Amino acid sequence: MDSRIISKALSKKKIRDADLEKIIGSLLRYGVLLSSVIVLTGGIVYLYRHGREIPQYHTFRGEPDKMRMLGPMLQAIGRGEGRPLIQLGLFVLIATPIARIIFSIFGYLFEKDYLYVVITGVVLFVLLLNFC
Amino acid sequence: MTILVFTGVLFLGAMAAGLLGSLTGLGGGVVLIPLMTLVFKVDIHYAIGTSLVSVIATSSGAAAAYVREGITNIRLGMFLELATTLGAIGGAWLAASLPTSFIAILFGVILILSAIASFAKLADPVFTDDGSPLSRLLRLNNSYPTPGGEKRYTVKNIVGGFLMMNVAGIISGLLGIGSGALKVIAMDNIMRVPFKVSTTTSNFMIGVTAVASVGIYLHKGYIDPGLSMPVMLGVLLGAFIGSRILAKAKVASLKILFAGVVLVLAIEMIYNGFTHNI
Repeated sequence: MDSRIISKALSKKKIRDADLEKIIGSLLRYGVLLSSVIVLTGGIVYLYRHGREIPQYHTFRGEPDKMRMLGPMLQAIGRGEGRPLIQLGLFVLIATPIARIIFSIFGYLFEKDYLYVVITGVVLFVLLLNFC
Repeated sequence: MTILVFTGVLFLGAMAAGLLGSLTGLGGGVVLIPLMTLVFKVDIHYAIGTSLVSVIATSSGAAAAYVREGITNIRLGMFLELATTLGAIGGAWLAASLPTSFIAILFGVILILSAIASFAKLADPVFTDDGSPLSRLLRLNNSYPTPGGEKRYTVKNIVGGFLMMNVAGIISGLLGIGSGALKVIAMDNIMRVPFKVSTTTSNFMIGVTAVASVGIYLHKGYIDPGLSMPVMLGVLLGAFIGSRILAKAKVASLKILFAGVVLVLAIEMIYNGFTHNI
């Protein structure tokens, strides 16, 4: 859908700020929506499996690998676990603003606004630094 | 209390926090963290991680609407995100090494300041001159839609605003809140951006700022799905309802009520920090 808007805008003239705003708006909306659906699905599975147990959050214990890394997470989801599926939804949520940044870099590139290509690129670099 | 009941009660609490946060503009995080630590006795690191996740959700959800209306100054947001993301990373590292009692006390102090700031008189004389060379170079001067047509404005004191945003980023990463109040002060009182533009641009930046520190929280295992699920969904729903009734609600009296609640929570957090109960 987004690629269609981009090519349409490009065919008329160079991409304008208003087009960028529309695409960024829908990118954010669908990202949050998709993540909410995944979190809700995982939540239902989790409550169905563990709803009658007693919660333990008073002391901090940290999370296992399947809650922090994508590989073990997907394997656990394959086994039908709910908590890693919730966590996958949270990953989609976290990826949404990052996708917005990446998209903006291309947008500014089309606009030939190279100063903002650099500024946005540095922000992206700082964000990705955290996940290494 | 079973997990089912715990999840349900947490969901309702998060919904109330999201509703109040969006009606008063203070954000959901300031109520969520005291609610989780004081009422549900959740470890404060888990509470901060959970709050960060909900902050990303509400910020992105609301930004989607504002950006389309053309009020948000996206260039200003992108430029200031440089300051907030760098600050947020520093804040998250600090949080991992500071004792929980200290974090609780600092949280209480910031809570009181945010509540006071929400009543602060906002400077509204907006400048419409040509702006400084720096604001022209960065293309920060813009216009926004009003009932009387597009209105131009120029951005002042960019260096001062940038530094204030840096502080806002540190607070956000350290305490897991959006620190929207600080961001609005930086843009309104220092950079002289119109109120409507500063609130929506602040909201636009909050998501990216939170993402900058959430990586560290995730890596250290502070993000728990059992807590994040009811809180994220609850806050989102509450904020959505809040945005729908915002036009009809009497915001002034609500703000006083909310500030009162925040004040009590702040004192409770500080007290528990000093007695090492948190």
